[in-house]
Amino acid sequence: MKKGWISYPYIFWMILFTLVPLILVLYYSLTATDPSGVTVFTAENFRTFMQPIYMKVLMRSVILALASTLICLLLGYPVAMILSGRDLSHRNLMVLLFIIPMWMNFLLRTYAWMTILDRKGVINSLLGMAGLPQLNILYTDAAVILGMVYNFLPFMVLPIFSVLSKIDRSVVEAAEDLGSDSFTVFRRIIFPLSLPGVVSGITMVFMPAVTTFIISKLLGGSQYMLIGNLIEDQFTRVYDWNFGSAVSIVMMLLILVSMGVMSRYDKEEMGGGLL
Amino acid sequence: MAKHIIELVNLKKEYDGTEALKAINLYIRQNEFVTLLGPSGCGKTTTLRLIGGFEKPTSGTVLFEGVNINDVPPYKRRVNTVFQKYALFPHMNVYENIAFGLRIKKTDNDVIRQKVAAMLSMVNLEGFEKRSVESLSGGQQQRVAIARALVNEPEVLLLDEPLGALDLKLRKEMQLELKNIQQRLGITFIYVTHDQEEALTMSDTIVVMSQGTIQQIGTPQDIYNEPKNAFVADFIGESNIIDGVMLEDYRVRFAGHIFDCVDKDFGKEEKVDVVVRPEDIRLTREDRDLLQGRVSSVIFKGVHYEMKISDENGFEWIVHSTSMEPVDTEVGLMVQPGDIQIMKKVQTI
Repeated sequence: MKKGWISYPYIFWMILFTLVPLILVLYYSLTATDPSGVTVFTAENFRTFMQPIYMKVLMRSVILALASTLICLLLGYPVAMILSGRDLSHRNLMVLLFIIPMWMNFLLRTYAWMTILDRKGVINSLLGMAGLPQLNILYTDAAVILGMVYNFLPFMVLPIFSVLSKIDRSVVEAAEDLGSDSFTVFRRIIFPLSLPGVVSGITMVFMPAVTTFIISKLLGGSQYMLIGNLIEDQFTRVYDWNFGSAVSIVMMLLILVSMGVMSRYDKEEMGGGLL
Repeated sequence: MAKHIIELVNLKKEYDGTEALKAINLYIRQNEFVTLLGPSGCGKTTTLRLIGGFEKPTSGTVLFEGVNINDVPPYKRRVNTVFQKYALFPHMNVYENIAFGLRIKKTDNDVIRQKVAAMLSMVNLEGFEKRSVESLSGGQQQRVAIARALVNEPEVLLLDEPLGALDLKLRKEMQLELKNIQQRLGITFIYVTHDQEEALTMSDTIVVMSQGTIQQIGTPQDIYNEPKNAFVADFIGESNIIDGVMLEDYRVRFAGHIFDCVDKDFGKEEKVDVVVRPEDIRLTREDRDLLQGRVSSVIFKGVHYEMKISDENGFEWIVHSTSMEPVDTEVGLMVQPGDIQIMKKVQTI
């Protein structure tokens, strides 16, 4: 490659902002400072994380992320189908309506949910006016899942929408022609062909959901612990960077594994390269 | 006389107020190879889609064996379609593509295997079962599309310009193959194309369409030899079309001369279109012929020469002949009365 030098700035950027921090995190995770102030290599940080209390946090993060991914899929797929429908007028406007919230700051949107769900918030005021009992939604699992679904839904809708709208109309007609009613067309043609979009939607929702710490902190309360909060606490409150780094490494591995699983699934199903 | 399997009665289709199809009437006999022929936008594909059930008529009816099927969805119609761009299922291999219709009908696996194998051998694709459809060439994909439709043993097969994407040689081969398949299986074929040669090669009946109306229905011979109007004459093969006046029965004046012809029953002094096929004009070196001209260009076309002859009125005649007259030769143009076709003027085509 003669023009290889063009990539040098990029390589430099990658080294500075990705590789070096990663090595630092790895270094911190594998070291500890003993009482005499000497840094030693140890697997102690990972052993600490193996304790049931932390395993529970990990499990909870994964389960909540899976739940919100599933809800996003169930809500997002029909929305994507409607958006890609051929009879829809103002399609661009509708798609825009889905994208606009993403332009607003993520924190602001989550704060907005706090005022809606709060004990004295919008929902409870309305319930009170109707003479119904008050609901305690804020600072529960439900609120955290709601926040995740709300924030990450566009990441599910958009990839599925883009795959669905690329499906050749005549393929659908061919299936009808060969005797499939609309449900069979969906089951045997549209859904299988949209799988690449589903896979990338799941990936794009699951990853931020499993690592979030803002949503869980704001909507779950300050005592609420997901793996993201655990890491944040180690760095900003407990100042145990070594343990925080170890948890980060575990989380990165988790993400890498799930990415690997998803991409393999993608290839097996689709023969690759459909997206 | 075979029964009419499909009948279109006053069938009309509008898209957003523009008429794609203007109340056409047409019947199709069983086991017939019918071609809908016309330039793009003439309504031929719309007609096919109405028969397939992919569009709903604005008014009029589609009858299948005498029964109105306007409201029958495509998956319940006993017709199958071969689509223009094949529309194969990209996530299935060749075998699964062909088996699709049978699987929907919950056919027994052994039966499916037999039928798919029979289809694959019919379209010369044995051994391609496991191939992904995206790895196939255009011609092979087309064969899969045909097999996928025919395996369901439809009563009528609709084909929407199925050979449009193939190169000339392959197209000719596939034309013969399709005709063969149609004759062997005895299925009614409704074929849409804009290629007049393709239509002439394969069809039992040709329906020439233009601007949403049917211009002429007939056998290939009828359509070629006795075009009903100037549009058909011009669209099917090359033609010399010249303004003329019908003087009386069997006498027509055009190009400044009076000719004998075989047509009658026109009004006195009625203005007509006169059509003469380029291969029906004979060139002579004598000047006793009525029409004289000078050769203005000669192009070699393989089997014949195409010559352009300017007559004394400046009209340029196209002449096809196996013998060549050099440019600037003075020639006489000889036309037999039977080769002069007189057509009523059509307002606007």
